[in-house]
Amino acid sequence: MALLEIRKLTHYFGGLRAVANFNLQLEGGELLGLIGPNGAGKTTVFNLVCGFYKPTEGEILFQGKDIAGLRPHAVTAMGVARTFQNIRLWNTLTVFDNLCIAQHFRLGYGLADVILQTGRFVARERHVRRTAEELLEIMGLRHYAGENPGNLPYGMQRRLEIARALATQPKLLLLDEPAAGMNPGEIDQLVESIRWIRESFALTVWLIEHHMRVVMSVCERVQVLDFGETIADGPPEAIKQNPRVIQAYLGSEELSHA
Amino acid sequence: MRRHFGLWLYLAFSLGILAVCHYEALTAYAQLVLMFIGINIILSSSLNLINGYMGEFSCGHAGFMAVGAYVSSILNVWLFTSHKVFGPPVLSPSSAVYLFPVTLLAGAFAAALAGLLVAFPSFRTRGDYLAIITLAVNYIVKSSVENIQVIGGARGFMGMRKVIEEMEAVWRVPWIMFWILVFTGLTVWVLHRFVSSSYGKGIVAIRDDEIAAEIMGVDTRRMKVAAFMLSSGMAGLAGGLFAHILGYINPGTFTIMKSTEVMVMVYLGGMGSLSGSVLSAVVFTLILEVLRPLQVIKWVVIPLLLILLMLLRPEGIMGNRELTDVFPGLRRWFSAHKGA
Repeated sequence: MALLEIRKLTHYFGGLRAVANFNLQLEGGELLGLIGPNGAGKTTVFNLVCGFYKPTEGEILFQGKDIAGLRPHAVTAMGVARTFQNIRLWNTLTVFDNLCIAQHFRLGYGLADVILQTGRFVARERHVRRTAEELLEIMGLRHYAGENPGNLPYGMQRRLEIARALATQPKLLLLDEPAAGMNPGEIDQLVESIRWIRESFALTVWLIEHHMRVVMSVCERVQVLDFGETIADGPPEAIKQNPRVIQAYLGSEELSHA
Repeated sequence: MRRHFGLWLYLAFSLGILAVCHYEALTAYAQLVLMFIGINIILSSSLNLINGYMGEFSCGHAGFMAVGAYVSSILNVWLFTSHKVFGPPVLSPSSAVYLFPVTLLAGAFAAALAGLLVAFPSFRTRGDYLAIITLAVNYIVKSSVENIQVIGGARGFMGMRKVIEEMEAVWRVPWIMFWILVFTGLTVWVLHRFVSSSYGKGIVAIRDDEIAAEIMGVDTRRMKVAAFMLSSGMAGLAGGLFAHILGYINPGTFTIMKSTEVMVMVYLGGMGSLSGSVLSAVVFTLILEVLRPLQVIKWVVIPLLLILLMLLRPEGIMGNRELTDVFPGLRRWFSAHKGA
């Protein structure tokens, strides 16, 4: 059984067809790239998968269960986490708190436990804090634990977004343009950490990216969207040569120059 | 003893106040001011949960206060006194000593349920639009009470004084002061625990970025229900206590003016600062009393002070910091004792 299976996913914004008949079989452990020109519907696909939009038509099966129409926090609870194209961290909370709150759905205690500070509350809260501390360490953010995310360097904010997604303990990680706004040095680091995270957390990664260097070096399979439709799907080498992709996405230019 | 230092400090303070009241070393006026300070602390810190921590703009806090005030008053008068509408007491009047906190909490619970009137719309709307809904809820509550003649309508409702007298007949303790001290402490303590837990910080995440909160696993609807119920329940608690101080309430007390007063305290203290809300409730209540000789001019001076505050220090007295952030020594001292 595929980890994620999408069948005939279609979404309209009023009269605008954003995604048309999108199909996908994503096996556990894959590293899939989703590319396409601006407005092709890539982020909409992510928003549909994580429950932010309810699809007009189609099925989204995660581990065999239909998650289309579930509320986002419930989708996250099932094991789908994401980062945002435009960084969306909680800026008045500390970096540390950002990582604690991402574990909100599995805190395992309620309001009464908070007020009475029951044994369960103390134990669970300790666990949450330990998980956050481990992630700070792993992602090299220890130094910033008490800072507000807004004060972090840009690359670090992107890193924190990934750390926060990992705090939800996902099986599938959606990365929406993780390299946007990064300089070449930061991009190299990012590519390294994506590979490393996927190995050490046994994750399936699905990423949207404009930087071809990232897509071509990190992805094992690439899917190309144009005007909501899938125009190509295959290994990066084949995508590079695909005339439809070159025409739709890059005009006459070579892919590797982008 | 050292573990809960703040708690012991508050207990000692409360006992001191009660002793002073018991031996009548404090004038009735000073006692009244103290009681209003307590009630204002409950009101401002509970509203801060919504306006400060969750970042919504609720301007109908007095409506929930009214629900709590009326429900607990009616329950007490019905159960423990003979009343021309409700008839003879249902329970023995002396049992009010034990059951007073129960009726008070029943009032708070009713107010928490009324809070759902705001919580449910908050799923779909926020900001200015939700503010209008809170305003509407305030008016709905006030107008409803005005039109129920059984509980006095616009003339108001009284008889709670007798309940307190019954209680004092059993044990001569300044009961209303006692319960105000208990519930003020309890409110601040509960709110402090709430906002410093990962659970409670979920509402701060909603303020910072609601979409990110929902997508990163915070059940925003549940948190909104929790926050609105907690906040309005506490307002109801304050209302219940308020009703029993003077033994008389009328719907005119719980208008948008009262809600505004509470809002002013929240902004004066600082949004998202619990110690700020406590501090500003004390300061604001005292200022009102100090300026009392000015009579009507008071309502020129106080708004002027507010304008000055907003110009010079728009973030309020504390901003979003707590007392322990301003005086790190305080925290070190507390935590040193905590460890012992």
